[in-house]
Amino acid sequence: MNTGLLRRVGLAVAAPLVSAAIAILISAIVLELSGSDAVETFRTMIENGTKLESMIDMLNRATPLYLSAIAAAIGFRMNLFNIGVEGQYILAAFVAAVVGAELDLWAPLHVAAIMLTAMLVGAAWSGLAGLLKVTRGVNEVISTIMLNFIAVGGLVAGLLPKFIDDPTATNQGTTPIAESGRLPDLNSWVEVFTREITKGRQLTGVFVVAIIVGIIYHVVINRSRLGFDIRASGMNPTAARAGGVPPKRMIMLAMVGGGLVAGLVGMPEILSDTNAYDQGFVQGLGFAGIAVALLGRNTALGMAFAALLFGFLDSSAAVLQVSNLASSEIVVIMQATILLVAVIAYEVVNRIRQRDEVKRAAQLVEASA
Amino acid sequence: MSNTAPLDVASVNGTGGSGGITEAYTSLPGWARWMITAALGILVLSIVEEFAGTSLLTSDVTSSAMLRWSIPILLAGLGGLFSERSGVVNIGLEGMMILGTWAGAWGALEFGSPWWGLLTGFIGGALGGLLHAIATVQFGVDQIVSGVAINILAPGLARYLSERVFGEMQGGSVSQSPRVRSAGSFTIPGVSDVLETIKDWGIFFISDVASVLLGFVTDMRWFTLLALLIVPLSAFVLTRTKFGLRVRICGENPSAGESLGVGIYRHKYVAVMISGALAGLAGAYIVIELSGLYRGGQTVGRGFIGLAALIFGNWRAVGILVGSLLFSYPFGLALIDFDASGSGVATRALLLVIAIALYATAVYLWRTGGDDAPPPEIDAAAYDTPTSSYMKMVATLGGKGGGLTLLAFGLGTVALVWYLLTESAAAWLPNTMPYVLVLLVLVFAAQRLRPPKAAGVPYRRGDH
Repeated sequence: MNTGLLRRVGLAVAAPLVSAAIAILISAIVLELSGSDAVETFRTMIENGTKLESMIDMLNRATPLYLSAIAAAIGFRMNLFNIGVEGQYILAAFVAAVVGAELDLWAPLHVAAIMLTAMLVGAAWSGLAGLLKVTRGVNEVISTIMLNFIAVGGLVAGLLPKFIDDPTATNQGTTPIAESGRLPDLNSWVEVFTREITKGRQLTGVFVVAIIVGIIYHVVINRSRLGFDIRASGMNPTAARAGGVPPKRMIMLAMVGGGLVAGLVGMPEILSDTNAYDQGFVQGLGFAGIAVALLGRNTALGMAFAALLFGFLDSSAAVLQVSNLASSEIVVIMQATILLVAVIAYEVVNRIRQRDEVKRAAQLVEASA
Repeated sequence: MSNTAPLDVASVNGTGGSGGITEAYTSLPGWARWMITAALGILVLSIVEEFAGTSLLTSDVTSSAMLRWSIPILLAGLGGLFSERSGVVNIGLEGMMILGTWAGAWGALEFGSPWWGLLTGFIGGALGGLLHAIATVQFGVDQIVSGVAINILAPGLARYLSERVFGEMQGGSVSQSPRVRSAGSFTIPGVSDVLETIKDWGIFFISDVASVLLGFVTDMRWFTLLALLIVPLSAFVLTRTKFGLRVRICGENPSAGESLGVGIYRHKYVAVMISGALAGLAGAYIVIELSGLYRGGQTVGRGFIGLAALIFGNWRAVGILVGSLLFSYPFGLALIDFDASGSGVATRALLLVIAIALYATAVYLWRTGGDDAPPPEIDAAAYDTPTSSYMKMVATLGGKGGGLTLLAFGLGTVALVWYLLTESAAAWLPNTMPYVLVLLVLVFAAQRLRPPKAAGVPYRRGDH
């Protein structure tokens, strides 16, 4: 009995560990082949990653990744592949930046209004894909990808010139949001436990928002009727339908819910960092979030670890660039390799588990006979 | 073996007439219907040209650009065809295309010939396909998950390699390769001259048809011809050979295939690798014939548009060709339109074309009662909640033909008003048009389709 438990725990831990090991091995080979010192590179990455300022940077990078992962995971949980977080958060951040600059409110209200705007825009854009699916059966993978291009290359690119604050600036952007519409940083809270944070690093206030969203996600998915329906629709749509779960409504709810969270992905930039939408606005978080969701197996805790891992890797990319040890792109290769190896490892573990189940059932039958 | 009815202006005009014409039209073979469709499409374009004060819609430069830009979409779509016919959904086409762009540029530069670039692009894409096959066929990873992972891996890998390799070449940089030579082009002498003459007559419609055809036969790239030849080749391989039959059984009923002794895994592996190779070829084409160099991010979602062309073409090679031409038209037009002075006028005229197409669709849906079949995948039995009862209302608004008629009418009006209120199109409009077009086509035509039955379903040997 005890060895059975041990085996099961071992299997659960094995997949991520083995995939991390294989990914490190592959990236080491790539590094050595391209003439970089792999050991030195990894040592620099870890040395840098253990500094307080780097950890703050890691958390700042992990925050939007985590939100993006949850946005994608809501759909994934019911086998709905919402690839559209990319377009949703960029469009949402742009509209929120424009609206936020127009408003002049009491600080908490101002921040809330900006976040709400972003969430609603994200939900509307993602809901459009949901509507196309439930009314016309348009595959959500294709429609969300097309909507990404329409949002980023069309709407935002077309509208941004109309809201430029300073046309002479090199990095043109919208009018910065007033002081009342900015989220205070969390440095003073962190410094209670640690030394003073230097180098002007600030831990974004959105970090707290991400934790709250993570908790809500966990509770709704695992402890509510809605979450049960979502999981049931994902595991066995036919059974769920027979059990009275309306598939169309679930699709709409999952798309809109994902869009609401997607709207928050751009908030660190809007509420803490630049306080405006400019041409240098960070892109690609939507696709990275999908990777984080898949790596974290769509669970709140798993995605948190995955987001921190990706945040750490992103943060070390900058150091590698400066130190001239290796190309910073090696980090992207590491992320993608970890992801690819991990999804395969999960599947292999899944098969071993199924085989164990069959074996155990056979033993039980034998014992009782 | 029913053919897809193309849902655009022409089919609408064709079926909107009296019953006899409709029957005559539907009894024609597929290629003849596409010809009629194309001719009617050009007729609409000629009429619109008269109103919008532009001649670019049917000019030979436009049709030539359309053909060139359709090739990556076509090749990606054919790649998707092989993969999905074998039962493996390939969202990773975009990533495999990106691998093809890097590998194509590298091969062309390293060995000094665009033909080598084509070959290395082909191999680069096939390696991406192999990765997808290992994950999905061997290990049973969800096909979309694996495809997404490849789409994340490929750009990173290409960037890394380009930094390492092109960054050190003369004339190259971290994100860009040195110039790559085109494989050249040819003109069919006699045909080209005749068409040129007819075009110069300036007769309404007749000269426009000649002008469009002229764009096809003048300065055709060798690689374009090669890619076009892959269309009948793919159709032949898939429908007329033993290998094709076996690939298709993998996508329809793999268990039945296995019981007949078909090596399901082996055929899936080969089909997915062909799929990647064709996507890689598309990437190499972009580098060699369209951009003239490798540049990060130059595929701009063509792999996904290829998938849309695959759906539009109802998982058939010729349909994919038509779809890729249709989707590349706004790209090609914008390229010519925003190059010349008076930019944006022709693109604005396209709004009128879209309005006419949508109005015609509305009339067609109203006359025929539309297609009331429930969308695929989802059961219609769920009309018991606030959201879904609202949808039911939307779907049945306007009685005969359903809400779809109203939707087509409404969107047509939006396009018409937009056309009337502007004098030229903004620069961002053509960048979104192909994507909007894909969505419109899927919205109005998604119901007549028949995807391979087992596409997307992981298959394990001995599992039934």
